[in-house]
Amino acid sequence: MRIDVEKLHGTLQAFREGIALALSNWKVRIGLGIIAFFVFLALVGPYLTPYKPLQFTGAINAPPSPQHPLGTNSFGYDIFSQLVYGLRASLEVGLLGGALATLIGVVVGFVSGYKGGIVDEGLMMLTNILLVIPTLALLIIIAAYLPYRGVLIESLIIGLTAWPWTARAVRAQTMSLRNREFVHLAILTALPSTRIIFEEIAPNMASYIFMVFILQFGGAILYAVGLDFIGLGPTKGISLGLMLQQAVLWNAIQLGLWWWAIPPGLVITLLITALYIVNTGLDEVFNPRLRRR
Amino acid sequence: MARPLLTIENLRVYYDSPRGLVKAVDGVSFEVMEGEILGIAGESGCGKSTLIHSLILLKPPMKYAGGKALYSGVNLVAAPPSVMKRIRYREISIIPQYAMNAAPPAKRIRDLVRDLVRSADPDADIEEVFERARERLKLVNLSPRVLDMYPVELSGGMKQRTIMVVSTLLNPKLLLADEITSALDVSTQRVVLELLKDFRDRGIVRSVIFVTHDLASLYQIADRIVVMYAGKVVEIGSADKIIHDPLHPYTKALVSSLPRLGVHYRRQKLSGLAGHPPDLVNPPPGCRFAPRCRYAIAGLCNREEPPTVEVDGRIVSCWIYAKR
Amino acid sequence: MSVLVRAVDLTKEFRVGMIGGFRIIAVDEVNFEVREGEIFSIVGESGSGKTTIARMMLRLLRPTRGAILYRGKDVWKLKRREIKWFYREVQGIFQDPYATFNPVHKVDRVLNLVFQVFYPHTSERERRERIEEALKSVGLNPREVLGKYPHQLSGGQLQRIAIARALLIKPKLLVADEPVSMLDASTRIDVLNILAELRDREGVSTVLIGHDLSLAYYISDRVLVLYRGSIVEMGSVEDVFEKPLHPYTEMLLESIPRVDKKWEKRMEFKAEAEEREVYALSGCRFAPRCPYASSKCAERPPLTRVDKEHYVACWLYAKR
Ligand SMILES: Nc1ncnc2c1ncn2[C@@H]1O[C@H](COP(=O)(O)OP(=O)(O)OP(=O)(O)O)[C@@H](O)[C@H]1O
Ligand SMILES: Nc1ncnc2c1ncn2[C@@H]1O[C@H](COP(=O)(O)OP(=O)(O)OP(=O)(O)O)[C@@H](O)[C@H]1O
Ligand code: SF4
Ligand SMILES: [Mg+2]
Ligand SMILES: [Mg+2]
Repeated sequence: MRIDVEKLHGTLQAFREGIALALSNWKVRIGLGIIAFFVFLALVGPYLTPYKPLQFTGAINAPPSPQHPLGTNSFGYDIFSQLVYGLRASLEVGLLGGALATLIGVVVGFVSGYKGGIVDEGLMMLTNILLVIPTLALLIIIAAYLPYRGVLIESLIIGLTAWPWTARAVRAQTMSLRNREFVHLAILTALPSTRIIFEEIAPNMASYIFMVFILQFGGAILYAVGLDFIGLGPTKGISLGLMLQQAVLWNAIQLGLWWWAIPPGLVITLLITALYIVNTGLDEVFNPRLRRR
Repeated sequence: MARPLLTIENLRVYYDSPRGLVKAVDGVSFEVMEGEILGIAGESGCGKSTLIHSLILLKPPMKYAGGKALYSGVNLVAAPPSVMKRIRYREISIIPQYAMNAAPPAKRIRDLVRDLVRSADPDADIEEVFERARERLKLVNLSPRVLDMYPVELSGGMKQRTIMVVSTLLNPKLLLADEITSALDVSTQRVVLELLKDFRDRGIVRSVIFVTHDLASLYQIADRIVVMYAGKVVEIGSADKIIHDPLHPYTKALVSSLPRLGVHYRRQKLSGLAGHPPDLVNPPPGCRFAPRCRYAIAGLCNREEPPTVEVDGRIVSCWIYAKR
Repeated sequence: MSVLVRAVDLTKEFRVGMIGGFRIIAVDEVNFEVREGEIFSIVGESGSGKTTIARMMLRLLRPTRGAILYRGKDVWKLKRREIKWFYREVQGIFQDPYATFNPVHKVDRVLNLVFQVFYPHTSERERRERIEEALKSVGLNPREVLGKYPHQLSGGQLQRIAIARALLIKPKLLVADEPVSMLDASTRIDVLNILAELRDREGVSTVLIGHDLSLAYYISDRVLVLYRGSIVEMGSVEDVFEKPLHPYTEMLLESIPRVDKKWEKRMEFKAEAEEREVYALSGCRFAPRCPYASSKCAERPPLTRVDKEHYVACWLYAKR
């Protein structure tokens, strides 16, 4: 077992080095800082407010005040409470949906790209079908059939439909790595395909997969906002998308209730922008074409 | 008497590594004269690529550890990025090892040219550059259509000629060439080498530093040759002297192991150099070549660093030639 | 001497570009054999198909047509079990040392894997000793290279580690794609001498791919000269180098850089046709550069036997 311990140690070491490298980039630091702030807010926010998100507080359309830091809306709900709970829901969807989409995409991409031949053709056919049929239409149908929808279902729907582009991208990367000499050397060493995929190819794509996940994470959040907005969001609870939808539905802007409409939009924008910045930063750090040797 | 275009003085470039500093270029001095083709030869891993890359872009894990590389008043290894940006490609250009294989395969030659010129000089008139590229391609016997082709459509020799044209489009004064002929067959090699000389004669470039481990090629085109061993210069002299009358024991070993056509293993077994090059993290004290040297003087060579002396118009760093 | 590998009508085509692309016939109906205990050189310029042949011999690339037979067996029809046997006997060294090593692993990995896969019963101490011995035999200082990542080593150092790895496996056939083009003169000779000793002591065959004719002459028993995917000349070293027949071989021999004579006048060279045109040529692919080309050369010249073991593909020598 000595070898395994050594290998684990090596992996950890490489992981640490990778993180240190990533953090050396200011874009990554700024982006992660913003994300960390929102995660923190989502975690502790609910304890900072006495109200539940869908609790009538007595004040209607109240502007921001010490009592209601972000005011209340036309139903008398506290916006700050809605925002922190909604943020929590959105991050959950992003995390679950994004992770699921990444996982499926990466596995399909690896197998398809490394095996080639019939396996590849079959998997790519499936991928392309999913890619061309209008997912939104599919989602509307699925969503309409489910009487109860929570965050989990929403994540599942997103995860199961958002993976195709990841699969295609990972497949392309795998195919190009597959023809690299170090993979050839592993073949000459008679290593089995699974070991080649996991020990030679995958580690080279670790940073890439992480970047894909970041993109999927942001994508899932936006996707969820879109679903909420057209009324296919969670049937219970609150999310940033639902807040936006209601603000628009009840003419918050026209009524001058900026504290209702702006915060959810701003948070979504900031979150997505931060993810994008992290991604650009990671690309600068890890993209071999931008690095020498 | 020609003036030096580039003066390298006691240059030290190290690598940061987990084991410590790799002293890849450790106190190197030489000059590149105006109008000269200067060859750099030496064992693999002796720091040739490190040396010339540091002149263009010194970035981590490469680390500047002292000395100078003076080019028209600018110390290339310690100049701020804004100054280097002005010099890179426009004044000093490089053809790296494996240049074309590293080029993105989906880009046409034209796009490569555009990217390069844009990054070096955003104000350059790109159409004018393309026009010059077409002329130069004709000069190296290629069709101007090459601009619209992808790298894979070119044979090795055509690629190398194209790279030469592309990397000298802005008429750099100094061209750094790292092993540019190593992958070519001899007849194509010859064409490329002669073109390099031709570029110098026409004044497209003023001077060339040509890095290779192929001494025979260097003999054909270089005016002077710098021989490096383990991060240090061991001998500098005219190509003729280095090949026909090497002084330094390492140069001697290198020249005597040159295979000539007509030598066959079964009739005449050549011998390389026994042993291996020193660890550049902890180089041995004294002369770095001492552990492998046939002439090493016990108690001296392995203790004290040999002085650099001038002998017969040549610069040698070896105790044998030092007046003690 | 028995035949170890035989290439039968070996052909490989690549498509370049998606739409409006063209075909490159990288290897075009090549036939040759490699015998036990010989060093067989394949020389040719960049792009002539040497690496493609090496990859097909190593079972890394499937031929478009034709086959590679190892000890009479088509390497693409080996059973799963036989593949390990095949790689125990046939090993390779690749051209680009930077690409040979996985950037995320230390270079030690490829050496350790040799024991893990092929010699699992070797003790830890013996493994270490054999690794150090192999590294020293290619002129490396084990302390300097072990425990490093590939990007911390120079091309020549990496190439020698790859050679050491192949030696550790003790194969019967070594397919070495330009193993020494990254090495300096003195190390080169050492590495070639190692290959020759392996041949003489243990009967290991080597397919040595390269473009340095002096080196091919120095070490090989037989030589194959390749031009744009076709054999132009093949025979014993004496035949090919001392009695060259094909105009291309002649041209190569003339332009070897020498240290006893400087080139005098500039070599005249014809404008080269672009790749897609050369590959579309139905005649002799060398014709566009050949000083003796005639109208006959619009047709593909057959590989003709001119002496016991000497073959040439040129209309000047074809028996009609
Ligand atoms: N990133 C790095 N980190 C640590 N050491 C390095 C790094 N890059 C190169 N080296 C070491 O620096 C030394 C010089 O390397 P360099 O690439 O300059 O050699 P070279 O003379 O160009 O060799 P070659 O002829 O093989 O191309 C080598 O010993 C190498 O191991
Ligand atoms: N995967 C590929 N796709 C398209 N064309 C290819 C591919 N691999 C090789 N080729 C082409 O096939 C021809 C032969 O290539 P190969 O690499 O075998 O040449 P080589 O003799 O090894 O050259 P070098 O000395 O440069 O290594 C070249 O024209 C090359 O561009
Ligand atoms: S200084 Fe001594 S060890 Fe070094 S090369 Fe000269 S004789 Fe040999
Ligand atoms: Mg180098
Ligand atoms: Mg090749």
